[in-house]
Amino acid sequence: MEIKLSAPITKEKLAALKAGDRVLLTGTVYTARDQAHKRICEALTRGEDAPFELEGAIIYYVGPSPAPPGRPIGSAGPTTSYRMDPYAPALLDLGQAAMIGKGPRNEEVKKAIVRNGAVYFAAIGGAAALISKSVKSAEVIAYDDLGAEAVRRLEVEDMPLIVAIDSRGCDLYERD
Amino acid sequence: MRELDVKEITEAIAGLSKETNVSLSEDVKSRICMMRMKETDEGAKSILETIEKNIKIAGEEDIPLCQDTGLACVFLDIGQDVHLVGGSLKDAVNEGVRRGYTEGYLRKSVVTDPIRRGNTGDNTPARIIYDIVPGDKVTITFAPKGFGSENMSRIAMLPPAAGEEGVKDFIVDAVRQAGGNPCPPVVVGVGIGSTFDGAALMAKKALLLPLDEHHEDPYYAAMEDELLERINKLGVGPQGFGGDTTAIGLRINTAPTHIAGMPVAVNINCHVARHKSVTL
Ligand code: SF4
Repeated sequence: MEIKLSAPITKEKLAALKAGDRVLLTGTVYTARDQAHKRICEALTRGEDAPFELEGAIIYYVGPSPAPPGRPIGSAGPTTSYRMDPYAPALLDLGQAAMIGKGPRNEEVKKAIVRNGAVYFAAIGGAAALISKSVKSAEVIAYDDLGAEAVRRLEVEDMPLIVAIDSRGCDLYERD
Repeated sequence: MRELDVKEITEAIAGLSKETNVSLSEDVKSRICMMRMKETDEGAKSILETIEKNIKIAGEEDIPLCQDTGLACVFLDIGQDVHLVGGSLKDAVNEGVRRGYTEGYLRKSVVTDPIRRGNTGDNTPARIIYDIVPGDKVTITFAPKGFGSENMSRIAMLPPAAGEEGVKDFIVDAVRQAGGNPCPPVVVGVGIGSTFDGAALMAKKALLLPLDEHHEDPYYAAMEDELLERINKLGVGPQGFGGDTTAIGLRINTAPTHIAGMPVAVNINCHVARHKSVTL
């Protein structure tokens, strides 16, 4: 059974999700991976704003392939999340609601998830052609010079996800 | 002496860049299918089904299997009776990558400098491995390598006293530690022997070997099977969420080494195990 989850993503909606749940997400998602996280955090340290509203934001760790003619985006599967671990807690504390990536997270991130009632979703690594079909539009909104690593605003419809770490800290990577 | 214009190599590589990124070889696909049928965990089975669906969509719609279209690894087996004409071989290879990745809407994932970063914008340079072989042909093997799995690769300079068990434990442990990071189910390439760099290159080349064949030495052939079985008992499972399918294949390359050493390298690839060869 898949749970339909639509924007806006409230803390109440997130609290209802349990690790292992399959979710179909519809709404706005922002892309950011290694270099974009570095720049966002540097901007915040300088007292500047992030390139999008962090409160309630869902960040997808992805560097899509270029969009061929007639498509909003190229293939768009998740990148490995642990590389974003150094940045994630600060962003969650500033209101980020959820992350989408793949692979386990460290203790710091898990604590920040619980502290803020956030959720970590996993998308299936390598299923990038399939995932791209749920992306209805994509627009670069910051750091264009980073190419694949630029920050994009995506509108997604029924994006297939798995709850990897829920708001209580239950972690699907540590099931036994 | 046979002459071969390097422009033909450029053409071939441009074509291979696109082909390898949208479709997988039969041995890889049949292993995924076989493992899905044997999988006893429902969640794991459904992830494997999604992976198979992805392969189908990529093929039908002619789009990359994965957004990480890799660092271009190009293996050139150059016949010693071939005379390459028409310019620099290295430039010809990189031109092929540049064209293939630009015209094929593939992701440019290469940075100029490892520390200071900065995207090169065209996915060059390729990592080129040259081997001189008998004959008058050139065989090109193109293998785009994703770094989610590359980052989980390991090497150890084991003491000879570690013996067979030490080698096997190191290999299994590398896959265990990689966990859900390298997009399991993975393909494991192992290099045992040679030097530090030699073991690593053998491991990378092991990722090019067919998954439905074995090492020619029965001792290592049995080890391939045993290791695959041990790895699939780890319970990592597809995407690291548990199950019987942690690896779809494991191949070993071996070479003589020094009396004081026993190098072992483990190169991890994801289920998007891309490679294809052409002979010119
Ligand atoms: S490890 Fe493989 S499947 Fe995963 S993102 Fe990288 S290339 Fe794609």
